[in-house]
Amino acid sequence: MPSEFFLASIWLIPLFPLAGAATMLLIGRRLSNKAVSWVGVGSVGLSVLFAFGAIMQLIARAPAARIVEIVLFDWVPAGVMHTIPGRVVNFNAQWGMLLDPLSAVMIGVVTGVGFLIHVYSTGYMAHEGGYYRFFGYLNLFMFSMLVLVLANNLLLLFVGWEGVGLCSYLLIGFYFLRKSASDAGKKAFVVNRIGDAGFILGLFLLLNAIGTLRFTEIGPAIEAGGFAVGNGVMTAIALLLFVGATGKSAQIPLYVWLPDAMEGPTPVSALIHAATMVTAGVYMITRMNVVFQFAPIALGAVATIGAVTAIYAASMGLVQNDIKRVLAYSTISQLGYMFLALGVGAFTAGIFHLMTHAFFKALLFLGSGSVIHALSGEQDMRKMGALWGKIPITAKTFMVATIAISGIPPLAGFVSKDAILAASFNARPLLWGIGFVTAGMTAFYMFRLVFLTFFGESRVPPDVEHHIHESPRSMTWPLIILAILSVVGGWIGWPESLGGSDHFARFLDPVIARHAEVIAAVPEATQHATDYELMAVSVAVGLISIFLAWLFYLRRTSVPGTLAEKSGGLYRLLYNKYYVDQIYDAMFVNRTKDLGTTLGAFDVGIIDGLGVNGAGWVTRATSNVSMFWDKWIIDGLLNLTARIVWIFSYPVRMIQSGRVSNYALLIVLGVLLFLGYYLRVTGVTLHNMLR
Amino acid sequence: MVPIGHYIFLSVALLAIGIVGVVTRRNVIIILMSIELILNAVNINLVAFSRLVGSVEGQIFAIFIITDAAAEAAVGLGIIIAFFRNRETVLADEMDILKW
Repeated sequence: MPSEFFLASIWLIPLFPLAGAATMLLIGRRLSNKAVSWVGVGSVGLSVLFAFGAIMQLIARAPAARIVEIVLFDWVPAGVMHTIPGRVVNFNAQWGMLLDPLSAVMIGVVTGVGFLIHVYSTGYMAHEGGYYRFFGYLNLFMFSMLVLVLANNLLLLFVGWEGVGLCSYLLIGFYFLRKSASDAGKKAFVVNRIGDAGFILGLFLLLNAIGTLRFTEIGPAIEAGGFAVGNGVMTAIALLLFVGATGKSAQIPLYVWLPDAMEGPTPVSALIHAATMVTAGVYMITRMNVVFQFAPIALGAVATIGAVTAIYAASMGLVQNDIKRVLAYSTISQLGYMFLALGVGAFTAGIFHLMTHAFFKALLFLGSGSVIHALSGEQDMRKMGALWGKIPITAKTFMVATIAISGIPPLAGFVSKDAILAASFNARPLLWGIGFVTAGMTAFYMFRLVFLTFFGESRVPPDVEHHIHESPRSMTWPLIILAILSVVGGWIGWPESLGGSDHFARFLDPVIARHAEVIAAVPEATQHATDYELMAVSVAVGLISIFLAWLFYLRRTSVPGTLAEKSGGLYRLLYNKYYVDQIYDAMFVNRTKDLGTTLGAFDVGIIDGLGVNGAGWVTRATSNVSMFWDKWIIDGLLNLTARIVWIFSYPVRMIQSGRVSNYALLIVLGVLLFLGYYLRVTGVTLHNMLR
Repeated sequence: MVPIGHYIFLSVALLAIGIVGVVTRRNVIIILMSIELILNAVNINLVAFSRLVGSVEGQIFAIFIITDAAAEAAVGLGIIIAFFRNRETVLADEMDILKW
């Protein structure tokens, strides 16, 4: 085996799940569930092997040489084009794979978490119909996601981007017989499409500005184009790409699809709507960090939207009763954190949080799936409680993830969240304040969930109560592994101020462009003293929130109800999700439907009425004239001829009566005629004949 | 000796009766019989002139005609029977398909 076999084989990584998906979707119906499990999990297992092999061999290289690009073939050889600054370039989009530290992190997360969730699904979906279909879609998703993160240009990234959107739609609507599920799938697809419109416009504008979409060429091409920092074109590109990211990563104003996406099976929520796909926007912006660093206004927008989304989603998470919806709002909130990090220039912190979040949020979702599994499908936390001893593995792993997301050291969530908060404190103190409050809310709603689900008194209906059972080992092992990762996953980025060396940031550093003016705008390392204070307050707010949750939901369980009553409007506002769905319905959805109705009326009235039916009427009218001519003139002449012949043939016709007697009479008359003629011509008379 | 004019008168009378019979009667059997009258009018004529001229050729001819009349009657009656089987009638004015 060559020394860098896996690095040379990175193009194979997406192809294993593609083969699995093809097998499943073409002949899966004839395979047994066991065969489907082997193909579905095995193909992803091969991807894990190749991905981690490649990551190891990449790390083995010197930091400067950590980039591998494999071009399989020319995909869109579009040819010569002019860019905005007037350069003439030869555009050619390739089907190529790029492995650098950033995509290495991403394939690690995607294949690793994806593999665990595939294993988990073999247990969770064991009794569901459409088993092969589920794994087919899941493998197709893995393919799309791996194309997305391994693409070497923005156009190929867009292919993966659309592919994961499609798989998300298919998997949200997996129980398509349930109307709410198919509606949620449609909603996700349409909302994503709005974001994608921004993405593709940004893509075209970028192509028009610099003439290349290849990641390795974008930075030099911007330099060559002579764009200045703050340039209008770069700002527009960055903002349009960010619109795409808000759609895929569920940020304001396009977040509305993610809570509804919980209609899908729980492993899907864990894989697609928590750990991987929704982080595609974070990945894309990090990948395009060169462009964003040329657009400080866009970075400001990213940071602001991220921070506002974080606190906004967290506030809705405080009052939800559906266990999966709490996690969905938590996901939106955590994605807001990542965007906050990107917006303040701390790209490595954003990706770091992406990774740790993938671990603990996948764990939370899988754990909630295990709870739902144990309770025969119940998702309402008001009908749970006191499950701690009954499903011990699920409960303990869930607790680990909850502590991790609450930012308690030394778990993963503490490290990554603290990196973000530290970076934002230096760049934008106001946004740090928002993030700080959100951290407290996160700890509160997560522990509220844990207390309601696992502690207190059991509110489980008696008939469900005695069915409660721990999930099978195929489901608990992924939970345990993810729990370990949720603890240790953050240690590779342990900050220097706490005696670590932040390997993660230094590993990613080559990917992040360092533009002089941007560096000036984003201060470098924080003073250790400030660092300690920030950590202290964020841990403190987490602990206080946990105490409050304990007080409200275990000690004085009447408090939440009283609070809800006293706050009145505020509680209803939060509970009804700020009525955003209703506002969107009134502002956009119904207006779109009105437009459709109007266009439909126009279609029926003008196009069909005037156009089609009018043309039909004109044709009929002209054909009537034509018919008149044909019937009366052409046919008339013909009939006239026949009529004339008929009239003149009348005497002849009368002779041929067909009657024997008439013929006999005619014979006699004929004989007499000849006889008369003979007599007249010869001059013979009867008289001299007898003489 | 009977003058030739009487024979001719008889012959013309028979011919006239036969022709009127053929043209006016509806029953095909009667028409067939009338045709026999016409033939016999011719026979009388032939025999009478044979005797007047003193040659036997006329009488030989008459014998031929009798033979012919017998054959004709056989064929004619056969046609009538075939026709009756098809149309259940022997009336001449219902024989109206002789135009196709």
